[in-house]
Formats: sequence, structure tokens, C-alpha cells
Amino acid sequence: MTDLAPDAPAPNRGRTFLKHLLKRRMVAIGLAILIAFVLLAALAPLLAPYPPGKLSIVNRLKPPSGIFWFGTDEFGRDIFSRMLYAGRLSLSVGAAVVVLSSLIGVTLGLLAGFFKRLDTPIARLIDAMMAFPDILLAIALVAALGPSLMTVIIALSIVYAPRLARIVRAATLVIRELPYVEAARAFGNPTLRIMVRHVLPNIVSPITVQATFIFASAMLAEAGLSFLGLGVSPDIPTWGTMISAGRQYIGQADWMTYFPGLAIVLAVLSLQMVGDGLRDLLDPRLRKDL
Amino acid sequence: MVGYILQRLSGMIAVMLLVVTIVFVIVRVTPGDPAAVMLGPDATAQDVADLRTRLGLDRSILSQYVIYVGQLLRGDLGQSIFLNMPVTSALMERAEPTFFLTLLSLAIASTIALPVGIYAAYRRGSFLDQAATTLAMLGASIPGFWLGLILMQIFAVRWGILPVSGYGGPDTSLLERIRHLILPAVALGLVSSALIMRFTRASMLDVLGDDYIRTARAKGLGEQKVVLTHALKNALIPILTVLGLTAAVLISGAVVTETVFGLPGVGNLVVSAVLRRDYPVIQGALLVIAGLYVLINFAIDMLYLLVDPRVRY
Repeated sequence: MTDLAPDAPAPNRGRTFLKHLLKRRMVAIGLAILIAFVLLAALAPLLAPYPPGKLSIVNRLKPPSGIFWFGTDEFGRDIFSRMLYAGRLSLSVGAAVVVLSSLIGVTLGLLAGFFKRLDTPIARLIDAMMAFPDILLAIALVAALGPSLMTVIIALSIVYAPRLARIVRAATLVIRELPYVEAARAFGNPTLRIMVRHVLPNIVSPITVQATFIFASAMLAEAGLSFLGLGVSPDIPTWGTMISAGRQYIGQADWMTYFPGLAIVLAVLSLQMVGDGLRDLLDPRLRKDL
Repeated sequence: MVGYILQRLSGMIAVMLLVVTIVFVIVRVTPGDPAAVMLGPDATAQDVADLRTRLGLDRSILSQYVIYVGQLLRGDLGQSIFLNMPVTSALMERAEPTFFLTLLSLAIASTIALPVGIYAAYRRGSFLDQAATTLAMLGASIPGFWLGLILMQIFAVRWGILPVSGYGGPDTSLLERIRHLILPAVALGLVSSALIMRFTRASMLDVLGDDYIRTARAKGLGEQKVVLTHALKNALIPILTVLGLTAAVLISGAVVTETVFGLPGVGNLVVSAVLRRDYPVIQGALLVIAGLYVLINFAIDMLYLLVDPRVRY
């Protein structure tokens, strides 16, 4: 932090942080891919050469060409156009799971870390929830609640919330004992205010890193659920449902499977690259240059 | 030490009780009547009432819970609605493909990940280290079922050297059955090797910087002995942990992979149970797999006591 004055305003610190983050090649590449995906998804109506649901029996199972960049599916629909629209949903599911699981996880973690009486029951609940393998618990919850887009988001948020709760609890347990928190308490600040104003801002780093990995895991899990026919309706294009549809034509139209799968790999890889970079930069043991 | 074991044991029992409670609750959060949902829209009111009685859903929640825990303590996981057989028998019937698939995947993952992880740590910063780290990240980003489909397309559909799907009939030899497992095991193993490789590398890096490694080198020991005997022995504990936990994760990874390859394992059973809303089977499979995970965790903790002389609880 040698290039910063001690009283440097917050925006400068943010800029410096971003500069250091982007200096890492992996992070820069990851962010570029991620931004490209978000832009492609957001601009899908402008970029898609064909409407995603447009049927054309004469063009069914056409291989990739200048007319259909990624080929067509069994109904003659353009795979590239469908993938752009599918990206909207796949990225939205990931983002929604991050938001909802953060809300649940951070609340549980803060409560466990701050209130000694709640710590044991919440910690045990986290342990028990984490005993279930991700996809299996999600499958059971979807089975119980009935398959739909909302159910998938709720199920995956319940599955990933304990990961965040565990990290937030551990960080809160340390911060709770720090002198500035004691001082805030001595000044008569209410507990909720201490938690939100004094503890939460100091545990944003581990939450951000974990949220990035949850985003990646949620996208993989959503694809898995959709592939099994337990996620969103097969008529709605997500990268998972597109792979599932392509599975029956793997011998004659492998492009139906390859392209949506590649999109998942690239999107998840970019998130992992950003997450890894963030973790390295935010971990005081690994941070040497900020 | 006995105190520690008892403390861990009681912790494990508490977690298992919570696991049982969560599994019990999952079915009860079903919107509407679980019996009506299971039987579908064509069922008569009498059918629904009969199933409610059979499943004990007409009792109070507390007495349902007590009965459920009591059944579990007797090893009774309930009765499958659609298979018309005890869930325990259904799971046992389907256990073989899943067991061999998990074992084979773990063997493939370890064979790739351990040597690469050790070498990458030893040559930290080298081209091979960077390549291995990047490949591990890529491996962690690939959906196992998609990789399975690609392998199926290349090795089974295009080249025809391995079976496309299935597990053979009752007369199929064990060798032939294992041939059916090669593609799914490679798909699962490659994806899991990414995590094991990252852990092995990190664990070895931790140890290779320690003073006793410098001492071993100063004594004039060969690099092979320093790395494989001195460093690996101590790095092995976290690696064992991740291997154990990967085994549990592989069982659930098998859920999707078995569906891709049409393997008649526990995963396939769970997916068809979900599609038929056969809740007792879903509950049973969830309980058994989560129970295995808790047991593996406990076994690893106990292994720490045996393997690491520094651990004195």
C-alpha cells in the first residue's frame, strides 16, 4: 500500500485493489470471459441470429456452418441463438443462488458467531447439512418441492448456505473478541448495529471469495439437475437442458452436446479464476503486494 | 485420548440425529399431501387414505418422527412404494455397480492426482506446475456428465471399443462388468482428480518448506528420499482427508453419471425414485449416503490419532 496516503479516500483504495487484482493474468482473463458471457446473455435479443424457439423441420440436425454457427437441434432450432438465451437463465440461477444462500448463510453465521447460546445448535445444523452431498440434497429438495426454476434456486441456496455460514461463523468468532467491537459495545451500541456496522464489513472478503465459488458450483449443479430432468422444464433452454436434449442425438449430432457443455466449462472456469485470484489477494498470508 | 474419541463419537451421534431429522423433514415440506403426490392425479381418495395409513402420515408429526427413528434403529428404511420391496433390499441390490464405480473412479483419480500434485509442489513455479494447476482448475469446471457424454461419443459410438451403456446381464462376468464401468469411472475420476491434485500440491508445499526437510537435505539425503519418505509422510494426513471425502462425493457424483451410462446403481435408483415420487427410497438413499459421509469423517479423525504422532488430543 506504498502508493496510498494514510488518509486516502475509499474510492482510491478500491481502484488500487482492482488494479492489483487485474495485474493477475488469470483473474484478468477470468473477468474478461465472465463479462463477455454477461454481455452475450444481456444482449441476446440483439445478437441472436434467429428467435430461440423458431422451429424449422427442413433444417433439423444441421451441422455447424456459416448459416447456423453452432448447428441446429432436433427441431431445426438454431443452437447459437438458444445458447445466448440459455446463458441468461443459467447465469441468473447462479446469481440468485449466491444472493439467497448469502442471506441465509451470513445470517446463520453471524448469529452463531455472536450469540454463544445459539452457537452449538447452529454449528451442529451446519455440520449435518454439510454431511449431504450437494447434488443429492438438491435432488431430494427438488423432489419434495416439485421441479421448477424457483425450486431449483431455493434448493441450491439451502445446499450452499451452510458453506457460507461456516466461514462467517468462524470469522465472527474472531472479530467478536477484538477491542473495537468491545468498544462499540461499551458505547452502548445495540447488538444488531454492531453486527451489521462493525462485524459484517470486516468479513466481506471471505464472503466474496466463497460467493464466487458458490456461483460456479450452483451453475454446475443446475446443469446437473436440468440434465436429469429435475430442474427447469425441458422446454426452457438452459445449458443443462440443452445437453440433456443432445444426449439422444450424440451419435448423429454431437454439436448439440458439445457447445452448451463448453459454455458451462468456460463460465465456471472464469468464475474459478476470479475466485482464486480474489482469495490470493484477500488472504493476508498470500497478499504481499497490496 | 479416550476422552477425545468419546467426544467425537457423541458429536457424530448428534450430527446423525440431525441428519435423520432433516431427511424426515424434507418429505414433510412437500406442498400438499405427500401420499396424494406419490400416487398422482389418478388415485382415488381411498387409495390416498390407505397410503397415508401405510406410511403413518395420519398420525401426529411427533409420533411419526418417533416411529421413524425407531424403525431406523432396527435397520428398517421403510418400504418402496413402486418397487414393492424394502428400501434396504432395493439399495443392496443396486449397491454393486455404485461401489465398483466409486472404487474405480477413486483409483483413477489418485493415480493421476497424487504423482502430479507431488511433482508440481516439488517443482513449484515450473511450467509443469503451472500446467498442472491450470488443468486442475479446468477439471473442476467440467460437468462430469458432459465429460461422460464426450467419452461415450468418442470411445463407444465412434470407435466402438467400449460399451455405450448398461452393466451387462446377470450372467455377465465380473471382467465384462468392469469394462462397462471404464468410461463412467474415467469421467468421474478425471473430474475428481482436480480436487485431489490441488490438495496434494498444497499439502506438499506446506511440508516442503519445513525445517526438518532442510535438515534432511543438509544430512545429504537424496531428493527422492527427502520428498517421498520425509515430506510425503507428513503431507499424507490432509491428503487422506480429501481422499476420504472424495469417496463420499463420488458416491453422489455417481447419481448423474450412472444416469448417463444407464448403470443400474444407487444413483439410477434415486433418480427414478424422484421421478416416481417414491419418497421412502429417496429418504433411504439420502440417509445411507449422508451416514457414510459422517462415518468416513469420523474414521479420518480416528486415523489422525494413529498416523500423526503430533496429534495428542
